[in-house]
Amino acid sequence: MKSSKISRKDEIAKIKEKMIELFFFANGVLAIVVLIGIFYLLLSEGLPTFREVSIKEFLTSTRWNPVSYSNPEYGIVGMIVSTLMVTFGSLILSVPLGIACAAYLAEVAKPKEREILKPIIEMLASIPSVVIGFLGIVMVGPMIARIFNLSNGLNAINGSILLGVMALPTIISISEDAISSVPEEYKQASLALGTNSWHTLIKVTLPAALSGITAAVMLGMGRAIGETMAVLMATGNAPAFPKSFFGSIRTLTATIAIELGEVPYNTTHYYSLFAVGAVLFVMTFMINLVSDIVLHKYGEGEN
Amino acid sequence: MEKSEVNQDINQQVEKEVNVGQVKMGSNDLKQKIGFAILRLSSWIMLIILAVILYDIITKGIGVINLEFLTQSPRRGMTEGGIWPAIMGTVFVTMITAIVSLPVGVFAAIYLNEYARKGKITRLIRMAIRNLAGVPSIVYGLFGLALFVSGLGLGRSILSAGLTLGLMTLPVTITASEEALKAVPNSYRQGSLALGVSKWYSIRTNVLPYAIPGILTGGILGLSRAAGETAPILFTGAAFSLPRLPSSLSSQFMALPYHLYILSTQHHSIEKVRPIAYGTALVLITLVLIMNLGAILIRAKFRNSDR
Repeated sequence: MKSSKISRKDEIAKIKEKMIELFFFANGVLAIVVLIGIFYLLLSEGLPTFREVSIKEFLTSTRWNPVSYSNPEYGIVGMIVSTLMVTFGSLILSVPLGIACAAYLAEVAKPKEREILKPIIEMLASIPSVVIGFLGIVMVGPMIARIFNLSNGLNAINGSILLGVMALPTIISISEDAISSVPEEYKQASLALGTNSWHTLIKVTLPAALSGITAAVMLGMGRAIGETMAVLMATGNAPAFPKSFFGSIRTLTATIAIELGEVPYNTTHYYSLFAVGAVLFVMTFMINLVSDIVLHKYGEGEN
Repeated sequence: MEKSEVNQDINQQVEKEVNVGQVKMGSNDLKQKIGFAILRLSSWIMLIILAVILYDIITKGIGVINLEFLTQSPRRGMTEGGIWPAIMGTVFVTMITAIVSLPVGVFAAIYLNEYARKGKITRLIRMAIRNLAGVPSIVYGLFGLALFVSGLGLGRSILSAGLTLGLMTLPVTITASEEALKAVPNSYRQGSLALGVSKWYSIRTNVLPYAIPGILTGGILGLSRAAGETAPILFTGAAFSLPRLPSSLSSQFMALPYHLYILSTQHHSIEKVRPIAYGTALVLITLVLIMNLGAILIRAKFRNSDR
């Protein structure tokens, strides 16, 4: 097609186009660089912890007391248990409610209702976590204290409720996508057999959307594990090993938030908080990766 | 059965049979009614949650909102005065976030939607973006501390905080921009390419302009999240209390979310400053919701004018 004599001008234009593409490519690759960079920095700042602390103590001890002068202790089991407590507590609230809401939006709600509910859920998602944490102190806390007759309501239940509310929009929107992408034929086949829409929803549509719903729940879980401000403000933050849902707990995220502001740079305590961050990163990364694989296992649609 | 007396076509026959069937399955019908009622209730609980949150903050926060509260610095250990430096600190840091996040986000989206071919690297980039979206905000805070504050020597400053928030919002801006580019019909590209212009020229003149409303919508939504974030700025530049606005990029700054955190947990007389905390929460929520509303309006306007 081209003439055999390519002019200099064409060549320059071609190089220019190539450079432009390369520039956009570099911006795209930045996402990979940042992700690797985060992990690298967490490791490089976190690993010096283990010059003074054994990995075994870090991962198996329940005692966290880095500021002790004579015998500092660096066990994160208490924090991990705390984190898992509020995370699973939040799922008890958000999973049934979220899936029910998603099913309603996808299969039952009239267009008018959807038009009202969707922005409401978007607005709920946009409320800053610090505001949710604040409400945990001023509203949910006193309520819990009154109901269970406790001296204060800053505990794992409070954190679970707040995280549940925060996980709801994630679980709803992704489950809804999963439910509405179940092929119409499945539902029609079921209805043609004489079942009603409820039966079809429960026995056909929801099971068909199960993988997507699972991914939604996992993403909600990842969000709950990584959430900082709400649990920091509403769970009491006692560093002791958690005793029950009615007691004060202190999550991985809250520990970093509380202690990192005060420690001197480049001390074992400082490094250990990055190590906690690395544990947090690995936990959420794994959960996100699995849900990602579930959601995008048929990657053909992507370019 | 009244209906069937009025209608006289075949449909009537079918309807009748269905009705008979449903009479037989009366218990299933009841189940469906109850089931759907539960689903509907679950959905409307969202409205109740949102209403309770907004009601509490508005009714208890509105009392302290006045001109002084919005335009003065805190006084007497934050028990008096206003939150002006916190408002402006949040505005400034969000602007830096936008400067960091929007161009990179749009460029990356242009690559993914206009240039990228199917392949390993493209898949990897997409996976990285989705995973970045799930990295906890406090981890971004650690990253910002290690990279910007101590690594690059920017110190605890509004620049470090803005850069950290910028990276954090990147997944949102990339995804939103890509959606916007994807919505531009392919014929726009082909039309200009057929005239012999270069690819970049075609993108610049015939694709990007049509994607801008969508990019703005997503960008503003991402920024509204950044404006409300606390964890990433805890160690990268937010200050307890400052009488003045940040004077340069290397100054520390006050921010609304951090101020609310301080007022509700770290203050020496928490009960006394509670009304101010409510007022701060109200201002923060208003700011975030206005940004969201702006984004929604842009989206709505774009839809009406374009389709």
